Amino acid sequence: MIEVKNIYKSFDEKEVLTDVSALFEKGQTNLIIGQSGSGKTVLLKSIVGLHEIDQGDILYDNKSFPNMNQKQRKALRKEIGMLFQGSALFDSASVEENVRFPLDMFTDMSLSERRDRANFCLKRVNLENVNNLYPSEISGGMQKRVAIARAIALNPKYLFCDEPNSGLDPKTAIVIDELIFEITKEYDMTTIINTHDMNSVMGIGEKIIFIYQGKKFWEGTKDEIFHAQNETLENFIFASKLFKQIRQSNK
Amino acid sequence: MRTFYHIGRYSIFIKKVFGRPEKHGVFFKQVVKEIDNLGIDSLGIVAIISVFMGAVITLQTAYNIEMPLIPKYTVGVAARDSILLEFSSTIVSLILAGKVGSNIASEIGTMRVTEQIDALEIMGINPAGYLVLPKVVASVFINPFLVLISMGIGITGGWLAGSVTGEVPSSEFIYGIQYAFTPFYIAYSIIKVIVFAFIISSVSAYWGYYTSGGALEVGKASTKAVVSSSIQILLFNLLLTQLLLA
Ligand SMILES: Nc1ncnc2c1ncn2[C@@H]1O[C@H](COP(=O)(O)OP(=O)(O)OP(=O)(O)O)[C@@H](O)[C@H]1O
Ligand SMILES: [Mg+2]
Repeated sequence: MIEVKNIYKSFDEKEVLTDVSALFEKGQTNLIIGQSGSGKTVLLKSIVGLHEIDQGDILYDNKSFPNMNQKQRKALRKEIGMLFQGSALFDSASVEENVRFPLDMFTDMSLSERRDRANFCLKRVNLENVNNLYPSEISGGMQKRVAIARAIALNPKYLFCDEPNSGLDPKTAIVIDELIFEITKEYDMTTIINTHDMNSVMGIGEKIIFIYQGKKFWEGTKDEIFHAQNETLENFIFASKLFKQIRQSNK
Repeated sequence: MRTFYHIGRYSIFIKKVFGRPEKHGVFFKQVVKEIDNLGIDSLGIVAIISVFMGAVITLQTAYNIEMPLIPKYTVGVAARDSILLEFSSTIVSLILAGKVGSNIASEIGTMRVTEQIDALEIMGINPAGYLVLPKVVASVFINPFLVLISMGIGITGGWLAGSVTGEVPSSEFIYGIQYAFTPFYIAYSIIKVIVFAFIISSVSAYWGYYTSGGALEVGKASTKAVVSSSIQILLFNLLLTQLLLA
């Protein structure tokens, strides 16, 4: 469980997050939605400490992250897996080396054990026989999957995904969403996912936080979202013609 | 004002770079890789520059002192001293600032804008230490060897040019390069090169590390890396010469 309490974040005078509070449940896929530039990435990076917040508190299972010292943060980081908006695979390393990297750095496992673990993770994301390819040699969807495999290599308690399906076709996007959903259940992780994709919301939106111009505007579940009486949220949801039509036919 | 800002941020950066490596085995492997990548790969260009540099210095000196009273071997003395004192260390370092500096800045800059540095950070690795320290250690270790090689090739180039053109007979040149030889000149050059290697690797890494934006900014960072490390090489050259030779 992760809780953020009244956090603020500015970049040189420009306030990007204003008084955001939210609770992200364990064993669930928690979604942060909002349009481009609303502050989703900044929120996610603030939670994991890639940005220092100006005010507020972030609790990882009731332990305050901003108050941790360097050593405690480092220990916590080993329980965090993160999937970046652009995959962020190391391009000078092969697929297997990417997945093995956290194991190489932080475990005392033998090379064959590390290999096995890497292969297990790759298999978990349905990737086989790509071990020796380089990130530039595989498709975007495969890169995302390698990044997921790398993120779960150390069996994290917390998984963060920044737009895991941006730049993918709808079918592959759903595969990735479902993969994240399954892994969350399987390992009982606290998973937070940034997205602006309504298909993801419909598919895996167990808990949804809607961010608008750096403020939390709404929260609820995927079943509640279509009945929300919130104009800003409606403008976001029904921006697509498809969802507009679904709403028309439902009325 | 910007200068002070960068000096401050550079100091913080350097402190991070010298954080304790995560795993010594991994660190050692990276150093070896960087020695190959930053040092051995530069051998070709260093050799080419040195041979031409040595040749030109020798011929210019020869043409400038074409007086019957001055013995020919002085050309050898002058060429040797210019190469040992200044050309091999400073010119080679400036060339490496261009080649290695832009390489380091663009590699690290690309890692920054594609969030690879964030990915390291999130794993609990100190990215500055992990990425930069091996490059600094490798450069400081290998660049003195590059310069020693440059000195050898430079003097050979001079000897070749003198002999081929007939301006400086072989025996005169060889006598010249041994005449009143001061071994400290080599030490002086090595000290300079170590400082320059530190500047090239750390300053270029600094510009790459603090890139933000996209591919365009990576290009800009790489230009800034080359310009500012070159300027600092020239500055420290002056400073060290005053300190060591005065
Ligand atoms: N490092 C930074 N320095 C200054 N401003 C920033 C920085 N990072 C983000 N911002 C600003 O914060 C705002 C929110 O950006 P953010 O990247 O969080 O949006 P987002 O919701 O993730 O958008 P997208 O869906 O396009 O990824 C933007 O206006 C952006 O310009
Ligand atoms: Mg984003």
